[in-house]
Amino acid sequence: MSGQLAAVLGTGQTKHVAKRDDVSIAGLVREAADRALEDAGLTYADIDAVVIGKAPDMFEGVMMPELYLAEALGAIGKPLIRVHTAGSVGGSTAIVATHLVQAGVHERVLTVAFEKQSESNAMWALSIKIPFSQPLVAGAGGYFAPIIRGYIRKADAPLDTGFQVVLKDRLNALKNPYAHLHQPDISMEQIIESPLLWDPIRYAETCPSSDGAAAMVIGSERAADASSRPVAWIHGTAVRSEPTMGAGRDRVNPHAGRDCAKAVYAEAGITDPFREIDCAEIYVPFSWFEPMWLENLGFAEEGTGWKMVHDGTTALDGDLPINMSGGVLSSNPIGASGMIRFLEVANQVRGTAGEHQVDGARKALGHAYGGGSQFFAMWVVGKDKPK
Amino acid sequence: MRDVAVVSFAQSATRRDQTRNEVEILLPVLREAMAPTGLTTHDIGFTCSGSSDYLAGQAFAFVSALDAVGPWPPIQESHVEMDGAWALYEAWVRLQHGDIDTALVYAFGKSSPGDVARVLSLQLDPYVTGPLWPDAISLAALQARAFLEAGHDEKDLARVVARSRRNAVGNPHAQLSGDIDEATLLDEPLYADPLRMHDCPPISDGAAVVVLAAGDKARELCERPAWIRGIDHRIDVQALGSRDLSQSASTRLAGEKAGVGGRADLAELHAPFSHQELIVAEALGLDETATSINPSGGALASNPVMVAGLVRIGEAARRLSAGEGERAVAHATSGPALQQNLVCVLEATS
Amino acid sequence: MTAEPITGIVTPIRLDYTYTPGTSPSQFLRGMKEGRILGRRCPSCAKVYVPPRGGCPMCGVEFAEEVRVADTGTLVTFAVVNVNFANRVIDLPYVSGEVRFDGSDTTSMVLVQGIPVDQVRMGMRVKAHWLPRDEWDFTFANIDYVEPLDEPDADYESYKEFV
Ligand SMILES: [Zn+2]
Repeated sequence: MSGQLAAVLGTGQTKHVAKRDDVSIAGLVREAADRALEDAGLTYADIDAVVIGKAPDMFEGVMMPELYLAEALGAIGKPLIRVHTAGSVGGSTAIVATHLVQAGVHERVLTVAFEKQSESNAMWALSIKIPFSQPLVAGAGGYFAPIIRGYIRKADAPLDTGFQVVLKDRLNALKNPYAHLHQPDISMEQIIESPLLWDPIRYAETCPSSDGAAAMVIGSERAADASSRPVAWIHGTAVRSEPTMGAGRDRVNPHAGRDCAKAVYAEAGITDPFREIDCAEIYVPFSWFEPMWLENLGFAEEGTGWKMVHDGTTALDGDLPINMSGGVLSSNPIGASGMIRFLEVANQVRGTAGEHQVDGARKALGHAYGGGSQFFAMWVVGKDKPK
Repeated sequence: MRDVAVVSFAQSATRRDQTRNEVEILLPVLREAMAPTGLTTHDIGFTCSGSSDYLAGQAFAFVSALDAVGPWPPIQESHVEMDGAWALYEAWVRLQHGDIDTALVYAFGKSSPGDVARVLSLQLDPYVTGPLWPDAISLAALQARAFLEAGHDEKDLARVVARSRRNAVGNPHAQLSGDIDEATLLDEPLYADPLRMHDCPPISDGAAVVVLAAGDKARELCERPAWIRGIDHRIDVQALGSRDLSQSASTRLAGEKAGVGGRADLAELHAPFSHQELIVAEALGLDETATSINPSGGALASNPVMVAGLVRIGEAARRLSAGEGERAVAHATSGPALQQNLVCVLEATS
Repeated sequence: MTAEPITGIVTPIRLDYTYTPGTSPSQFLRGMKEGRILGRRCPSCAKVYVPPRGGCPMCGVEFAEEVRVADTGTLVTFAVVNVNFANRVIDLPYVSGEVRFDGSDTTSMVLVQGIPVDQVRMGMRVKAHWLPRDEWDFTFANIDYVEPLDEPDADYESYKEFV
């Protein structure tokens, strides 16, 4: 552990949907924050500082929206920080909030992440024709599909691995009332027959575009001890970054992801992650990233992650359940997606995950990544106070 | 709290730069800041940067800027979509954990590619005020009007500008400098009534880098480190009709929390508009007769957006390390009409 | 009387920017105007970047010498794209390939043509197909696409590190 102890005192999220036209951006973040405070048994007056994260400002067309959102989040007269680390931002935002508590600066920090994709055009924001840049633009799938092809080649993985991941995650999502996609009739045939958008990625293997927000209250040891609600102790946090376009960078099994996992396990005192971690929420925007990250996170040997998908290890009742909530494949409010991973595992060890609760979960990993797989943020939370 | 100090600072010339991109502006500044410490990227415990995508109109501007650091093998790094002063705050927090001793903070921004006054109006709430497109200069003018009507005189504004220009003469990074008297300034035409052109900042592109170190490490890296004795930041409500624009409640509060106590040999205040310097100085209880205000010329002399706040901390620290004083106050602002403010108290003794 | 809820307003945003590519990219773009692919070598790790941006991102140093790389290369990986984007109209499906031009240590995303989509494979040797000379401008788009070379495929081990 570095610094003082910290714990998650409460969590809240919105029901993720394609379009929340009943609330403004402020209304959306307020809803998640209200729920987190209620869950923690606290009010805005108990909060010392607010940390907000979201993906690029151009998504909603508001520059530094935290300025406008300060009032809705009860931050007036308080410190407010805005984090932006690409897709990993939801995770790194929670980590900045945690650091404020671990540093002994604050007792209770509210952290919020959001994206209101319906008020914007993310595809446009990511595809602005910048002069002098390479002209071929094919969206996020166009960037990641060649990497997935690289994984399949390197690992000699069966081509239906991605389908298995989607089926599992979409079935898990049925147990999560906040998940965006609820597809009770999802089947393997349906997935296989969905359009091949960016071969090898089929439509069903991609994440939806969601409006949503997530929030957590992070508190000090004293605040956690004083809470009458279940808390999740933060056993370790880690961030790592590497260059996007570095020559010779391994994009299938990025160095930064491996280092980040090692660092978070070391801080949490974990030596055998597969045995010691009870479940994990990892950032899987395209199905194939589940086996890729299983390897990157040290749960599987390089080139063997896909086996854990096929043998049911990552199923809700498997040895290492992954994305019990349905994951990013079932809800993707971009800026919030990383925080939802962190929040879901906090709920797992608090025993408050509901229908998708993993029995007896005591230690869990939350994972977020961003950019072209070069930014990573992770945390390990536990039911027990770290020794 | 653990003692943390600014041990090195460097900044780029802040002219409009139409030959270099952000990485190219940043690279030599990083090298200049790191050189006196003898540290490399791999000796640094934590790196944090500040910038805004909207300045260059390109999502993920910070992603390519990270290239300048050479983050390989991978590093511990984070980014705030804010002025670099808040990146420094995050790094200061990280150093409190005690497991690392050094941090690298940088900020970059090119205001020249777009119409920055118009770009900044996207900071307003997107439903009611934003669609009216009030630009940053008009909003500052509204605030200046409120300030003057609260019992101030436009001569005060001219005095601030004249001092800024005079002080900037000795600052190689300043864009605007010179010896101009107040009467001449007041003869200039109004630009956005009650502001004249010289009450507004120039358009600047630039980058700045600060190296922080804790405890003995700071003493090892720097002969006379500028110790951070207090640092705090606060935010006001954004809606212009919901706050008294002639004052800055958040600056006052941050100043109290940071322990300003009205005492400083010098102060670097991030006031892109002349009246804002007076509002900030008043909120911090700083008196021009006792404290040298903006010895660098401040943001009126050069204003690289997203960088200028970090430059205030760097300038204040650099001057303390050079023996120009023992105690300094640095201030950074963000948002329309001084909405969010950060205050840092620094001290150096031989 | 209850009014209909307002569920959204459209507020058009227009901002105009004048971009500066930077020193290294400018040199690359001048090369493109003359039909040459110019990379730059890192003085520290000796890797050649195409196109070069600010400096070597692995070493954090400014680039040194200019290096002309070939307009032939190896297709290291690719996606078959079946969905079109607003700013690009190409007949579907098309192949978006990552090509390592010979002499470069980075890959570039380029369109692959001149071969049926289902015959495209990793390791395929390709050559740039340039637009007619009188259409050359300061842009990467002067290379309209890459097409197969009549050469045996590259050995997997030879390009594995770029996948
Ligand atoms: Zn290099």
